[in-house]
Amino acid sequence: MARFVVRRLLSMVLVLFAISILTFLIFQAIPNGDPAVRMAGRLATPEQIAQIRQSWGFDDPIWQQYLTTMGKIFSGDVVSYTQQLNVLDQIKQALPATLSLSIGAGIIWLFFGVLFGLISAIKAGRFTDRALTVLALVGVSTPVFLLGAVALYFLAFKLTIFPNGGYVPLTDDPVDWLYHLILPWCVLSVLFIGVYSRVLRSNVLDTMSEDYVRTARAKGISERRVMVRHVLRNSMIPIISLWSLDFAAVIGGGAILTESVFNLQGVGQYAADSIQQLDVPPVLVVVMLGAFAVVILSALTDVIFAFLDPRIRLTG
Amino acid sequence: MTPAMSDAERLLDVDDLRVSFRTEEGVVHAVDGVSFHVDRGEVLAIVGESGSGKTVTGMSLMGLNRSPNATFRGRATLKGRELLSASDAELRRVRGGEIAMIFQDPMTALNPVQRIGDQIVEQIRAHEPLSKAQALDRSVELMERVGVPRAAERLRSYPHEFSGGMRQRVMIAMALSCSPELLIADEPTTALDVTIQAQILRELDQLRRETQAGVILVTHDLGVVAEIADRIAVMYGGRIVEQGTLDELFYDPQHPYTWGLLGSITRVDRDRPGRLPAIAGLPPSLLAPPSGCHFRPRCPHEFDKCVQRPELEVRDPAQPDHCDRCWLAVEDKRRLRVVDGEIGLAAKQGKVVA
Ligand SMILES: Nc1ncnc2c1ncn2[C@@H]1O[C@H](COP(=O)(O)OP(=O)(O)O)[C@@H](O)[C@H]1O
Ligand code: SF4
Ligand SMILES: [Mg+2]
Repeated sequence: MARFVVRRLLSMVLVLFAISILTFLIFQAIPNGDPAVRMAGRLATPEQIAQIRQSWGFDDPIWQQYLTTMGKIFSGDVVSYTQQLNVLDQIKQALPATLSLSIGAGIIWLFFGVLFGLISAIKAGRFTDRALTVLALVGVSTPVFLLGAVALYFLAFKLTIFPNGGYVPLTDDPVDWLYHLILPWCVLSVLFIGVYSRVLRSNVLDTMSEDYVRTARAKGISERRVMVRHVLRNSMIPIISLWSLDFAAVIGGGAILTESVFNLQGVGQYAADSIQQLDVPPVLVVVMLGAFAVVILSALTDVIFAFLDPRIRLTG
Repeated sequence: MTPAMSDAERLLDVDDLRVSFRTEEGVVHAVDGVSFHVDRGEVLAIVGESGSGKTVTGMSLMGLNRSPNATFRGRATLKGRELLSASDAELRRVRGGEIAMIFQDPMTALNPVQRIGDQIVEQIRAHEPLSKAQALDRSVELMERVGVPRAAERLRSYPHEFSGGMRQRVMIAMALSCSPELLIADEPTTALDVTIQAQILRELDQLRRETQAGVILVTHDLGVVAEIADRIAVMYGGRIVEQGTLDELFYDPQHPYTWGLLGSITRVDRDRPGRLPAIAGLPPSLLAPPSGCHFRPRCPHEFDKCVQRPELEVRDPAQPDHCDRCWLAVEDKRRLRVVDGEIGLAAKQGKVVA
């Protein structure tokens, strides 16, 4: 266990280091990326630009700029180029929207993915199964931005059942919070529900033909107990692992599109806006936080996996 | 076919059991008119090569292979109660309670993510109103009885922490936990190594003496049969081709397939040069079985009458429990099997395949 933790921590440091350098270099390589020119505005004189360049340290060698920026990130006073606001404060403000979206959607897609997958497996080959298969296919192949735009157009704009985007903090008004999140949750979940129901369906069908399920049936326990205790329990192990990895990916950046379409003002949207303005510090911080979340959650996934399946041992 | 037994002795009666499965290739006639019976405290061995329908026969008695694609015909009664048409609720009482089954491969027969103790407890509590603690106590006794050391502690282990032999003991403990009257052991030792095989068989033998349970021992190993069986049924292509007591089958086999099988076990009483003879040819297709005698395509003694289906009948009045499905006259069988015994079962076109 100690070995596992140490190895995971080490690999986390490595990942964060690599990803920060990569992000930093990408922005250096982008044409028209000179931040001083953008910050000085359209009517700036060359002297003004030079002055900005000097005071922000854009003349320094790249490695020094990298170190300075990282230093600022870790001391907490990193500032964005465009708005010149503290990046960490901005992220703190945006975080509740992102967490609300991801956690809610995660619960929804797990629940419905399992439900539809189980129904599909039990009714394998029959009409219900085929209908669910088609639905899953449609769900998997519809892009989030399209689905989001269509949902907004019909349900929010035309029928005005739902609000036209935006986020209301849970602490302000729980009902309004829910009301604003229902559409984004569903839109973000659709793809995952499609995937999960297919994965679970095939897991359940495979598990049903396992010898130990026959043993369970030979005990004289109810069919329901066979399904829940033996078939579902074993079929869920890979699903739970998949879920925590996907959840990590959504937290770590997978919700960007949904946030932007529904104007949720979350971390992903903040990152998207910053990329548009070639604003390096916020992007760097968001990318590193995302990677951090992914690494931590995937380590957690391994722990959960080892807990659910006694045959798995935690190694590095 | 067999003399009437008093009802108290007779446990299981199977009469003309037919099981077929609809598959994409066609209808598989896995079991084609099987009849046998098992009495209390008796071991009936069912032998036959792989695919002859032994497992399907056993599973059908517990309804374990019921499915929309499966068709069951005939009768199977346990103490007079019909099994094939039993309702789901009746089946639940039968499964694990009155009939228990031990499966072939102990490596895959236990749930990998459930503790051994929990798996035995689940079996006990499916049939008896015990608390979990009481059921655990019972599990410890059972595990000790089948020879698992440090039983109380090992109940907390998971299957992967056990060897194959230990897992099969767990399966036996589980099967015995509700004192079933009939135990179906489907090749219980095939997956185990030889020393463990002998131990497990000895334990099964002792248990049926203690509990007076009837046992159906499915195997393709005649050595195993010789150890503990009282009677033997030989299956071929979904049918029983010969049935009788251990002595009748071993010393007076009546069906060419049986004496072929006997020829393929190691004989210590006789020197056999070269390889063990096996029976030439392939098992019959269950999709389109040959007409008449199923053994016809492989039988070196086939004659014109064999295109008619031979029934499982007593053919020597001196042995009223001994029946077979072969048209040859008894004296011809006794003569031919001696010749075959010298050279191994002669192959059809003069080919002997080992
Ligand atoms: N559920 C099923 N569907 C289709 N065919 C089956 C099914 N179960 C068994 N069979 C077929 O029935 C035949 C007999 O199988 P089995 O009883 O397992 O043989 P044995 O136990 O004697 O080796 C085999 O050919 C097998 O493929
Ligand atoms: S009935 Fe005919 S084919 Fe069948 S075993 Fe006897 S002799 Fe051979
Ligand atoms: Mg079998």
